[in-house]
Amino acid sequence: MPQAIDIDEIRPLLAGGAQLVEVLPPEEFEEEHLPGATSIPLKQLTEQATASLDKQRPVIAYCWDYQ
Amino acid sequence: MSPRAAWRLERLGFTQAYDFVPGKAAWLAMGWPRAGTAVAVPNAGEVARRDTPTCALEDRVADVAATVVEAGREVCIVVSPEGIVQGRLRGRALAGTPEATAEQAMELGPTTVRPSERLGPLVGRMRRRGVATIVVSDLKGRLLGILYRQDAERALEAAGR
Repeated sequence: MPQAIDIDEIRPLLAGGAQLVEVLPPEEFEEEHLPGATSIPLKQLTEQATASLDKQRPVIAYCWDYQ
Repeated sequence: MSPRAAWRLERLGFTQAYDFVPGKAAWLAMGWPRAGTAVAVPNAGEVARRDTPTCALEDRVADVAATVVEAGREVCIVVSPEGIVQGRLRGRALAGTPEATAEQAMELGPTTVRPSERLGPLVGRMRRRGVATIVVSDLKGRLLGILYRQDAERALEAAGR
């Protein structure tokens, strides 16, 4: 089961090698995103789209806010 | 959206999938680094002066005033031990009763903006209200600095906006 994390937990995870995935539309990613994030819109979250990510490392999904 | 994405990632074989619930808005509101085309125009946090004089609630006004003069500034932000903005000392408050504490003399609840605030609209609001400076604090209310309208106007001009 995926674990929900808060603002205090994300940076330690990133420092430990976690990968970031922004699932918003590509134009929103293009405009502004977290450094190092990969853009994979939710509707395109397939095996192929995630092929460049390492399944052995933690992965953090994010969108704009609590929605 | 991100909870569904985290579940989807787990389904795709990622055994350590996390959902960053507060999202991009919260990250930016902490004043943390950002990437993308928007960085061509700095935001409030990137233009704010970070060397703002601060003092504790129990500090004496006379001592605070001396610190402010020494720093060549006009304002001091009163913060809790955790750095949370509690109030502001400037003008008459700084020149008032020397033995008063910062807590007794400060303006309560100064208006703050998040570091992620876009400069264009913010400068427009500051002009309309005749505001020269505004306190910048992060998502948790911690002081990041003070944004001077003149600095923001210069930054916008430099960015061609």
